[in-house]
Amino acid sequence: MAANTKFELKTGAATREAFGKALVELGRENKDIVVCDADLSKSTMVHHFAKEFPDRFFSCGIAEANMVAIGAGLASSGKIPFVASFSAFVLNKGFEQLRVTVAYPNVNVKVVGTHSGISIGEDGPSQMSIEDLNLACALPGFTVISPSDAASMAAFVKLAAAHDGPVFLRAGRPKVPVIYDADFQFEIGKAIQLLPGSDITLIAHGLMVAESIRAAEILEAEGISARVLDMPTIKPLDEDAISRAAGETGAIVVSEEHLSDGGLGVRVAQTVSLSHPCVMEFVGIENTYAESGTPEDVLRKYGMTAENVAAAARRALKRKR
Amino acid sequence: MITEAKSGHPGGSLSAVEILTVLYWDVMRHDPKNPTWADRDRFILGKGHAAPVLYSVMAEQGYTPTETLNTLRRLGSIYQGHPDRRFIPSLEASTGSLGQGLSVGLGMALAARLDSSPARIYVMLGDGEIQEGQIWEAAMFGAFHKMDNIVAIVDYNKIQLDGFVKDIMDLEPLAAKWRAFGWHAIELDGHNIPAVQAAFAEASGTKGKPTVLIAHTVKGKGVSFMENNPKYHGVAPTKEERELAFQELA
Repeated sequence: MAANTKFELKTGAATREAFGKALVELGRENKDIVVCDADLSKSTMVHHFAKEFPDRFFSCGIAEANMVAIGAGLASSGKIPFVASFSAFVLNKGFEQLRVTVAYPNVNVKVVGTHSGISIGEDGPSQMSIEDLNLACALPGFTVISPSDAASMAAFVKLAAAHDGPVFLRAGRPKVPVIYDADFQFEIGKAIQLLPGSDITLIAHGLMVAESIRAAEILEAEGISARVLDMPTIKPLDEDAISRAAGETGAIVVSEEHLSDGGLGVRVAQTVSLSHPCVMEFVGIENTYAESGTPEDVLRKYGMTAENVAAAARRALKRKR
Repeated sequence: MITEAKSGHPGGSLSAVEILTVLYWDVMRHDPKNPTWADRDRFILGKGHAAPVLYSVMAEQGYTPTETLNTLRRLGSIYQGHPDRRFIPSLEASTGSLGQGLSVGLGMALAARLDSSPARIYVMLGDGEIQEGQIWEAAMFGAFHKMDNIVAIVDYNKIQLDGFVKDIMDLEPLAAKWRAFGWHAIELDGHNIPAVQAAFAEASGTKGKPTVLIAHTVKGKGVSFMENNPKYHGVAPTKEERELAFQELA
């Protein structure tokens, strides 16, 4: 289903800001919503929740492993915990706890990783999160979501809370373009067709969705009709949308602010190989750690721009013929 | 059970018998007929490898069948190698990877406090287990948040898989460590039933801070050839050894 047909792509709020605000609204609606923080509340934006609901906000200190398992205990007793930190920390330091105390017993913990990808910029690779989707998708039973703008993040915070089971929600640090109207209806597991197209499909999540829209505009000027799909749910995949894209356009580019060796791209390729095998190209971080710099400079150096997406599309189309 | 399974952890199960018995028969408010009772007290076996003692106690209490205890570790058995809530929903947590049970228990204790529930949480830890860093993250958390509705029990049997704790990674001074982390620490003989009962009573009366019971125990307690023998951390007794053990325990 199409969200829009023309995009102005004005800059909006960061997805982490949208998360923080949506969490407060959710807290007002449901007293079982609780939050665990590891000394990053002002960065993950859960400080808004802490201010309004101090009794339901638990400071865990810089101890992510303990924090994740505390969340598991809260969920086991009927609470709906949102456990938030930088994506790099909550998934890497908390992975064993996510595995044994959350995924394996399938408890209802919502894990939120902010400052994902490389767009945290200046802080550099120790704070960047380029493996998080691989890790989250490796956990059986987890739902994994990477929204592309503030409106979709706000919606997915509520959908995550309503979903019975563990969820990983990926948020970013920088402000990102507005893609959706505030009242757009999202569904877990459903892709959104943002632009129609017949020659190739550009699939993306997170901030690469806006870049894919821009890439489609670049390609349009070259006479190439590119379909754009926002795929906020990395797991479970919208297999119908993928197989339709493969069957109808015969070429797919998957772009993501993540290692291309994992994440959404390889998962889409698996679905494509089982439905309508077609040529594919991948835009992601290539087997390396990035470096410090402004988010714009880092994204450009590591290939996360509309021009990179358009170039990948041209490569794919060359192979398609 | 462990002989039939041909694998398992007899030593660390036998060291915890009296403590679990006192908990399930004297201390905890629980109802095997209503395992989802919101205000129940909860027990988590952090040292999940001692599953045989927990399974025995839960079966005797009526949570699970006693007749199938000997299917331990077999495909399809509810008595999995380590406690697994998917097979026994009345287990409070799936454990086995060491160091995580205390944190999970603290989450439950927070929920009980939020709900103004009288539920109390009991978490048994192995001595080797508390070498895990997460235990000390949890210890800090418990004291900082004044969690007086949780009790940790260290089954201090002095032996871990590779040998004696003092030779692998010494824990001493153990009580001082917990006290430095802000816990009320009680040292006791974990095989002396009145002492175990008294320690749990003291824990219940302790307000404003969590309590840890440092229970000095004997690995393989009651079976002469297993007592204090690191071999029986994770080795099943043979059928002949089982008969000898049963005679000694009787």
